[in-house]
Amino acid sequence: MSNIDPAVAIMIVKGIGETLYMSVVSTILAYVIGIPMGITLTVTDKDGIHPNRFIYKILDVIVNIVRSIPFLIGLMLLIPFTRWIVGRSYGSTATIVPLVFCAAPFVARLVESSLKEVDAGVIEAAKSMGASNWDIIGKVMLVEARTSLVTEATIAFGTIFGYSSMAGIVGGGGLGDIAIRYGYYRYEAGIMIVCVILLVVLVQIFQTVGMFAARKVDKRLTH
Amino acid sequence: MADIEVRHLSKTFPAKDGKVEALKDINISIESGDIYGIIGMSGAGKSTLVRCLNFLERPTEGQVLISGVDLAELSERELRKERRDISMIFQHFNLLMQKNVTDNVAFPLTLQGVKKKDARKRAEELLESVGLADKKRAYPAQLSGGQKQRVAIARALASNPHILLCDEATSALDPQTTASILELLREINEKLGITIVIITHQMSVVREICKHVAIIEEGSLAEEGEVEEIFNHPKSKAARSLLKNDGSEGEWPGDEILLKELHEAARIRIVFTENSSFEPVIANMVLKFKAPVNILRADTKNVGGIAKGEMILGLPEDSELRQQMKDYLTEQGLAVEEVEDYE
Repeated sequence: MSNIDPAVAIMIVKGIGETLYMSVVSTILAYVIGIPMGITLTVTDKDGIHPNRFIYKILDVIVNIVRSIPFLIGLMLLIPFTRWIVGRSYGSTATIVPLVFCAAPFVARLVESSLKEVDAGVIEAAKSMGASNWDIIGKVMLVEARTSLVTEATIAFGTIFGYSSMAGIVGGGGLGDIAIRYGYYRYEAGIMIVCVILLVVLVQIFQTVGMFAARKVDKRLTH
Repeated sequence: MADIEVRHLSKTFPAKDGKVEALKDINISIESGDIYGIIGMSGAGKSTLVRCLNFLERPTEGQVLISGVDLAELSERELRKERRDISMIFQHFNLLMQKNVTDNVAFPLTLQGVKKKDARKRAEELLESVGLADKKRAYPAQLSGGQKQRVAIARALASNPHILLCDEATSALDPQTTASILELLREINEKLGITIVIITHQMSVVREICKHVAIIEEGSLAEEGEVEEIFNHPKSKAARSLLKNDGSEGEWPGDEILLKELHEAARIRIVFTENSSFEPVIANMVLKFKAPVNILRADTKNVGGIAKGEMILGLPEDSELRQQMKDYLTEQGLAVEEVEDYE
């Protein structure tokens, strides 16, 4: 490996930094939007604590539409919007916009499915103690569902991480960008392979950490 | 004034084909400090009824008055406040699995805005009173069913309620644990004067602990009154059926054969009250009338702490002699009734 060009090495290190920056910031922002959406979906569903067909249906349709747009297409479609928000349509900060847009509905569904796993009996018990709907959301649902929320956050991160590599096609920055530019356009297979290996290793690390965290917060297991 | 008063309560649920009438015109009145049983087969509507008592289910018609206050007239906020006064425990305990035992018990207090430190202190006291002082750091997953129900009871007591609703609270427990939980409930009733409403499908639970009982069948109130009275003179078919299924003493091996014979013979059911248990009434009767009777079934049960004997006798075919025997037994102070549909 002594024949590696220092410039390439620096580029790859920078790529790792950009990939992590895009994925982490996008995941956080996707959750900032997705959690309230997921909670609203859970609460307003017909078996929820405050059923509201109208609100549920609207959110449900929005989530389904956005989720059915393939990320690459969404990426292109959103270019004017991205330019309006960030000022330009390429680079890692610009990539965060379509990433969040496409991941938030996905996160909303994940949050919804986690919250719906919470035992209806426990929610009923909280009601019988005089808990308000806000109490039930904050002190029962989110607490009881935390293991599943952490597990699914790991999945969400993995997906967003993968999407971020795809953004390389429009100059989104990060390892994916490098892999596409050098491996696909310039046939430098070596650099592409290094990028792919790094992507795989990073996903593995996050997956392991996420699963460890999920087990750590789960008090249902008798350690 | 009654503690809980249910007036003309009906509840219907929408269903695919029209609607389901879960409860029909229920009227009951539960006095302060009572232990009141609501018994019925599964699907009879008793769980819906108990949820109407704290408005987890809103009745379609009728009223629920708690200490004279009509729950329907309360705002959502007032209702939540009222619910602190009406605690509830459940068949599957419904504890927060991600919180430890102390925080579970402290939970209703934190909902009320009590400081975490004070709530924990009170929770620890309550855990001690239900015999779980050594488990205060444990998580529900580490406890047995009986221990979980004790935690649930401690949690129910945290807000100093004056009513405790128990929805099949012992149905998931084995007989021994059931007995210990019932004992704890009795203790709570006596020490704290809390009115307890017990929903169950087990006659043995009612017999063990309740003073009054309501029998619910297909959404209607079949019979209501003192447990002893209903045990001695069940009027409704539902009551007799539940008494017959009161199988805490185990199945009778010869039941099927007996039932067959029972259908053919003229038979009566007698219940021994306190004193008569000591007199050889049946033997005396046989000697007096010089005619044999067939003891088809005999059993002793503990009703509210008093031993009660119950017997089913096959009497001679001669209708005059039969009548004389019945009169004799009645004179001896026994409760006598014809058995027709004892199945």
